[in-house]
Amino acid sequence: MTRSDRIVKIVSYIVLTALTVVMVFPFFWMVLSSLKPFREIYRPYLFPKSPTLANYQKIMSASLFPRWFLNSLIVALSTTFSVLFFDSLVGYTIAKYSFPGRNIIFLFILSTLMIPTEMLIIPWYVMSSRLGWIDTYWGIMFPGMITAFGIFLMKQFMETIPDDLLDAARIDGVSEFGIFWRVALPLVKPALASLAILNFIGNWNAFLWPLIVSSKPRMYTLPVGLATFSSENLMHWELIMTGATVSTIPLIIVFLIFQKQIIRGIMLSGLKG
Amino acid sequence: MTAYLFLLVPLTFFVFVRFYPMISAFYMSFTDWNIISPVKNFVGFSNYVRIFKDSVFRISLLNTLKYVVLGVPSVIILSLGLALLLNNVTKGQSLYRLIYVMPYITPIVATSWVWRWMYQRPPTGVINNFLSFLGLPARSFLMSTTEALPSIVATTVWVEVGYCVIIFLAGLQNIPKEYLEAAKVDGANRRQLLFKITIPLLNPVIVFLSVMETIMFLRIFTQVYNMTDQGSGGPLNSTLPLVLYIYQKAFKSFDMGTAAAATVVLFLMILGITVLQLKVLNRRVQY
Repeated sequence: MTRSDRIVKIVSYIVLTALTVVMVFPFFWMVLSSLKPFREIYRPYLFPKSPTLANYQKIMSASLFPRWFLNSLIVALSTTFSVLFFDSLVGYTIAKYSFPGRNIIFLFILSTLMIPTEMLIIPWYVMSSRLGWIDTYWGIMFPGMITAFGIFLMKQFMETIPDDLLDAARIDGVSEFGIFWRVALPLVKPALASLAILNFIGNWNAFLWPLIVSSKPRMYTLPVGLATFSSENLMHWELIMTGATVSTIPLIIVFLIFQKQIIRGIMLSGLKG
Repeated sequence: MTAYLFLLVPLTFFVFVRFYPMISAFYMSFTDWNIISPVKNFVGFSNYVRIFKDSVFRISLLNTLKYVVLGVPSVIILSLGLALLLNNVTKGQSLYRLIYVMPYITPIVATSWVWRWMYQRPPTGVINNFLSFLGLPARSFLMSTTEALPSIVATTVWVEVGYCVIIFLAGLQNIPKEYLEAAKVDGANRRQLLFKITIPLLNPVIVFLSVMETIMFLRIFTQVYNMTDQGSGGPLNSTLPLVLYIYQKAFKSFDMGTAAAATVVLFLMILGITVLQLKVLNRRVQY
């Protein structure tokens, strides 16, 4: 390694580490603020003098946070399972069957990627209020039950499965659905994992549609609940930061467990280009 | 036959949850409908004329443009720089990458409130305290009509950088080592390698990410809703983006026709950007 290579390396490490501080500090400050009692929250020092978990107790007992947490969990898990099933089914069908209209159907599905959600929310809202879906889990979930991006992704992966494998199963008398379910799906597990984790995060964090479709506080998801709770407790930053920590921690845990799948999922989303 | 059976539910979904609502939004934009009354009169382009005469709509359009112009280059330059630096180091690369992407996966509502808290006036705002520690004057950030929008952009850049770093890094690692080696043998220096080899080869990724980020900033909503007073896009509409205007029109004043017209404007902008991307990518894909 030449001298200039070494200098470049050292400078790189210095800059990268400095930026790490910028990236992490807001999280650090969020948690520290959540540990401060109210009388300390406006004091200009970093670490709480008498750290307390009282804010967490307050949030868990005197607000709807536990309920919002549950709502978010139900919504994120249900949509993720639906997306995994339907996106891979459609991806598989388009990749592995030839039938009239296949390309048109695929193009039709892909073209819906161009429509911004914001354009659809007004008709969705009208539809939901006519059909009585306001303030229901189904109302929050239905727009995300199947995704065009996931179909595109799964099609790419299903195409890599050799046809011989599927034909062998056919000769053995496995039903068409059985071939998809027991032969094809297990072969694309890594792609399924990435799709699942990205979908879970996306639905856990979703804000605009859940904000519109839920009017009763009991039906809020965590982000909607946190937004409402925060603007109602504007002076109590220690409670707001506690709420923010509570909504963030499950994601940090998921993130630390599934970091590989998340990074790969993000890379796959760049595949579109 | 099996294929059609498998596609039955998903296709029904795409028709009723994506396609029909899109047509319905177009149609609504030509009516005077508000959700309370059953009357829906066809009014031609008058909703479009009305929004372009509405000064608040024009402000929101201008603000949206400001978000894009300030935000996209910042995200792209910063994340490209970081990815290039990350590509120099071997130890700890995945750890840095992991830390940078954390803001991207946390709920925007939570990070928005954390930044709103950090942006407070002295002596409560931690950023202002840091500025005064450095001997710099205090700033009003979200309280000021000139500083609020850039402050929201800064938060959004902090959120988006990690995502772009990952994609840039993947792009950098796809560049064949032989190209760089060959140029080195020919006596190219570090700067020439960067500007003559690496960046041109990375061009498709740069275009892709610029488009993704442009669309993201065109659709900015959650940050503004949570970082401004009562989700108003204030102070004095100085941070109000297009989507927040749509939200207020549709779900605060229930003026569905006007709101739908504004969504069509957003749709056309996104469509324009996407078509432009396809053109640029098709032209420059050969090296």
